[in-house]
Amino acid sequence: MSEPKDAIVHSLSNLDLEAPEKPYLDSNELIINMGPQHPATHGVLRVILKLDGEKVLGTECVIGYLHRGVEKIAENRTYTMFNPYVDRMDYCAAVSNGLGYCEAVEKLLNVEAPPRAQYIRVILTELQRIASHQLWLGTHALDIGAMTPLFYTFRDREEILKIFEKYCGARLTTHAFRIGGCQYETYSGFEKDIKNFLTFFAPKIDEYETLLTSNRIWLERTKNVGVISGADCIALGVTGPVLRASGVKWDLRKAQPYANYSKFDFEIPVGTNGDTYDRYLVRMAEMRQSMRIVEQAVGDIPEGPIMGKVPKVIKPPVGEIYHSIEAPKGELGYFIVSDGSTQPYRLRVRPPSFVNLQALDLMVRGALVADVVAVIGTFDIVLGEVDR
Amino acid sequence: MAEEVKTPAPLPPPEGEKKPTAEKPAAASPAAPAKPAAPAAKPAAPAKPAGPVPLPWTSPLVEKYKSQYGSGLEAQTYLGQNYLTVDRSLIPDILRRLRDDEQFDYCVDITAVHYPKREKPFDVVWILYSFPRNERVRVKTQIADGASIPSSFPIWPTANWLEREVYDMFGIQFDGHPDLKRILLPDGWKGHPLRKDYGILQQDKEWVQINLGIESGQ
Repeated sequence: MSEPKDAIVHSLSNLDLEAPEKPYLDSNELIINMGPQHPATHGVLRVILKLDGEKVLGTECVIGYLHRGVEKIAENRTYTMFNPYVDRMDYCAAVSNGLGYCEAVEKLLNVEAPPRAQYIRVILTELQRIASHQLWLGTHALDIGAMTPLFYTFRDREEILKIFEKYCGARLTTHAFRIGGCQYETYSGFEKDIKNFLTFFAPKIDEYETLLTSNRIWLERTKNVGVISGADCIALGVTGPVLRASGVKWDLRKAQPYANYSKFDFEIPVGTNGDTYDRYLVRMAEMRQSMRIVEQAVGDIPEGPIMGKVPKVIKPPVGEIYHSIEAPKGELGYFIVSDGSTQPYRLRVRPPSFVNLQALDLMVRGALVADVVAVIGTFDIVLGEVDR
Repeated sequence: MAEEVKTPAPLPPPEGEKKPTAEKPAAASPAAPAKPAAPAAKPAAPAKPAGPVPLPWTSPLVEKYKSQYGSGLEAQTYLGQNYLTVDRSLIPDILRRLRDDEQFDYCVDITAVHYPKREKPFDVVWILYSFPRNERVRVKTQIADGASIPSSFPIWPTANWLEREVYDMFGIQFDGHPDLKRILLPDGWKGHPLRKDYGILQQDKEWVQINLGIESGQ
């Protein structure tokens, strides 16, 4: 355990972007800049690359272009007012962000959402996970050179966004949940829409797979690219599908169940090699598992209220709490310190993309420039969440 | 966009210092035997408003550490979440032992909280998780303004960016960090926004003027 870790410490602390000490043959090392305006960086990520020909010797990420000071804003808003802001962090998975935040505040208040709300939450969050993975798949494949999957995934993602829109009126920044339950009761036909989606979508995943899984170019571009071991993932705090593709069977929905995930039957897909291809397979399998969860949940949504007993003015007692959920990108945590007033004294967001992105340097060292694009894509980062 | 909010001059620092009296119970400094004044902090704890209160946390882990570090360490649990409040001097030791002996192999997050009215105004918080034990623990310590703290980068490499963010937002120095510089804000920025005396509309006007060539919109 300690050995690989020390190796990373060594390699990371040696990152040196100054002029090279000794030239390799007579070629000079080259420092080039990628981004922040670059279509393959999924937003405004700037990566400084140190190259020897086509080979990457080291990288440094420059982030913060989308920094909005979300944590500072939180200290100046009431708990309820801050709720819509979390949708704007990982704007590709707004529902998941909202679930994490609402549950954290509920824990601090020591209340629980009623069962009906829990079911609606699980259904929407799992649909959001599918939508987030679809967006990832389309853009990731596009980065690598396969254009067709983008159209397929966006076509099908639309169906999920339509359900969101019918439920809460918004497609991206949904603000679907409230502290203590759900914002809205389901519309008539909600369950039917979701069942229709499930039957519609099942063959579509197979369709994506026919395009990529055994495509020779896809295999060449993703197999053994951006390899990271499970031990390195843990040392670097990497979570989510990236961790699971490296063989660590860990999912917060199983490890420390929140909402009512313990009621549902699903598997944690894992990979073995920890390369870009395995991360692709893990996410594809996760979409299928999410469908399983939605299928089970939609069948028996209980009747009852959708809001728990929460006071109109939310004033949690003095104390602090850390609560995290398994967002599509990894562990999304909220650390809230309350001083007994209506506004959080301190609200810290632990964003999965920010922490995962740290592993980029380790994963692309020794690889080719073109692989950097593949590796950035495979993390599934959203810069809104990295920078907050 | 900035037009309509032009009026207010930089806000006075107020907001943050809402309730200086409502000291968090966990913040009560560990009753060190060396300091006779410390026991005075104890009676303050029962005078809490209604609601759950932190309870003492007992476990073999705590017993072991208590017997070794004595009063430098306080173990509590709040709403089912365990945390250790430790003395600043124990910091690298305890974190390393938590990883090596207790299998807390995953450092989830490092962050800080600012209490401007306190003598040692910063809480630094490590949120740890153990894969083998499936358990979380938080470690907290108090440090003075301008004081530094040993970096946990040699213990968990993930601390690299997390500590840079704490430095960026609070100005806390981490000794032994390989590359301690700002991460989210631009390099030349002045001030540390998550300190309570940094107003929400405040901005480094000079930086904006020089680098963007515009008057600050705030």
